[in-house]
Amino acid sequence: MTESLSLEIRALHEVSLTVNGELKTVRAYPMERLLDVLRHQLGLTGAKEGCGEGECGSCSVLLNDALVNSCLVPVLQAKDADIVTIEGLAAGVQLDVLQEAFLKSGGAQCGICTPGMILAAHHLLRRKPNPTTEEIREGLSGNLCRCTGYIQIVEAVAEAARRRAAA
Amino acid sequence: MAVIRDVMPAFQLFQPTSIADAQKLLEQHAQDAWVMAGGLDSFDWLKDRIKKPKALVDLSGVEELKGIRTINDGIEIGAMTTLTEVVRNPVIQQKYGLLGQAAELVASPQIRNQGTLGGNVSQDARCWYYRAGWPCYRAGGNICYADTPVGRNREHAILHAERCVAVNPSDSSPALIALDAKFVIRTPKGERVVDAEDYFIGPDTDITRMNILQPGYLLTAIRIPSTWAGARFYFEKVRDRNVWDFPLMNVASAMVLSGDSIERIRIAVNGAAARPLRLKAVEDAVRGKPRSPATGEMAGRLAVQGAVPLQFNGYKIPLMRNLVKRSISGVQEATWAS
Ligand SMILES: Cc1cc2nc3c(=O)[nH]c(=O)nc-3n(C[C@H](O)[C@H](O)[C@H](O)COP(=O)(O)OP(=O)(O)OC[C@H]3O[C@@H](n4cnc5c(N)ncnc54)[C@H](O)[C@@H]3O)c2cc1C
Ligand code: SF4
Ligand code: FES
Ligand code: FES
Repeated sequence: MTESLSLEIRALHEVSLTVNGELKTVRAYPMERLLDVLRHQLGLTGAKEGCGEGECGSCSVLLNDALVNSCLVPVLQAKDADIVTIEGLAAGVQLDVLQEAFLKSGGAQCGICTPGMILAAHHLLRRKPNPTTEEIREGLSGNLCRCTGYIQIVEAVAEAARRRAAA
Repeated sequence: MAVIRDVMPAFQLFQPTSIADAQKLLEQHAQDAWVMAGGLDSFDWLKDRIKKPKALVDLSGVEELKGIRTINDGIEIGAMTTLTEVVRNPVIQQKYGLLGQAAELVASPQIRNQGTLGGNVSQDARCWYYRAGWPCYRAGGNICYADTPVGRNREHAILHAERCVAVNPSDSSPALIALDAKFVIRTPKGERVVDAEDYFIGPDTDITRMNILQPGYLLTAIRIPSTWAGARFYFEKVRDRNVWDFPLMNVASAMVLSGDSIERIRIAVNGAAARPLRLKAVEDAVRGKPRSPATGEMAGRLAVQGAVPLQFNGYKIPLMRNLVKRSISGVQEATWAS
């Protein structure tokens, strides 16, 4: 009985998950990191590996609407989940308001943190469409940026919130 | 491109869907088994190949372990409930805000979304040497690398150290002790319910473990009785940065006043010893006293009695004294005379 639930971790297994609205089936080792599956198998290289241990947020994605560090998610825990990566935000060539605001405010420099930052901001604006500066800072607090000094990033998120409210 | 795809040592992986199956698997594989909850602590140990279990029991498919429900007297929080759910739960916000405050100060939003309450209270020590795989006492060896004149021990213990000077790094645990929570454990012999403070153990009991879980045991839920619902709460965490960092120290108190005087109180501190400490002697000393700076100071002094600093953590003694004082008489009165 219980034995039947066992998986061989040295063998590839089929894992289905919805990524940016499309159902995908990959063959992966169950303990492979979701980050690696996204990058190496699905070619979605937006999520970056900064630290590999939960300390930088550059690998952030949405997993069933929760912002998580994909470097700490074994793909088996993402089975049948709904994943959104930075690649899923724009509609074709039409950038998301957040992406445009980051461009305009200089919220991205080297760009390593940017996909995670934008997803964290997106996640925040869904819960709090009109965040205060404090709430923006709190919402982005799990994402490290070594370039911008954060001010432009916070401005970009505030600008995106204003534009979404006006739209 | 070279891609190292199988970063983990080989083990058998189990994904049970019920508490009964999970517990049975843990019993079957006994000391060879490892429980994986949110995986934040587990993943590091396994990736670094420092812990090498033969069987991994992933709890993510056990629905019975998730969620917060009202029970006869208080609430019950499933072990697999995420810290974010704890923070956002309206009943916790209204009645047991102490736990919500503590959980909200853990790490970062991402980590609170993934990490579970059961994992947070069961997490292992964060001592650098131990985490890097050094063969110290806690790892089964016969030396402590932190307790030497040059050891990196700024984060380490000032109380109840015994060979190992590591501290318990959990933020939620002292809040649960202050709320008089009960931990529900499924064992091979049936269910066992223990007081929060008795869940944790120090090196004098077992130097290789942080809690009473034995092979075959599963923490299934944490119950918070209504005893302290709506009491006056205080939680403070001191850390180097405002995100990610583990507590250098934290304090949690629950207090009921009658007029100006302290009718009932519970206080716990973490980051001072290998287990979160309930400050029973302090509670007894302040009961019936006015909630005043003088009482707070007396409590702070009493709390650090017997504290022994290491080379680089002497600051923890005044820190603990002041945190305990604040937890009783509040922040406005925080300056310490002398
Ligand atoms: C970058 C970073 C920063 C952090 N900062 C903080 C912080 O500031 N404050 C803080 O309190 N924590 C902090 N943490 C710790 C984090 O909150 C814990 O790692 C997390 O709560 C562990 O929960 P988990 O669900 O991921 O458990 P896991 O990592 O899966 O498990 C942790 C341990 O508990 C055992 N376990 C888990 N659930 C059960 C159960 N139901 N029954 C029996 N055993 C069980 C596991 O076997 C394992 O040994 C941080 C972690 C990271 C990675
Ligand atoms: S403090 Fe404990 S965990 Fe750290 S090196 Fe010493 S024995 Fe090991
Ligand atoms: S790479 Fe995942 S948090 Fe840094
Ligand atoms: S833009 Fe370079 S890290 Fe943020």
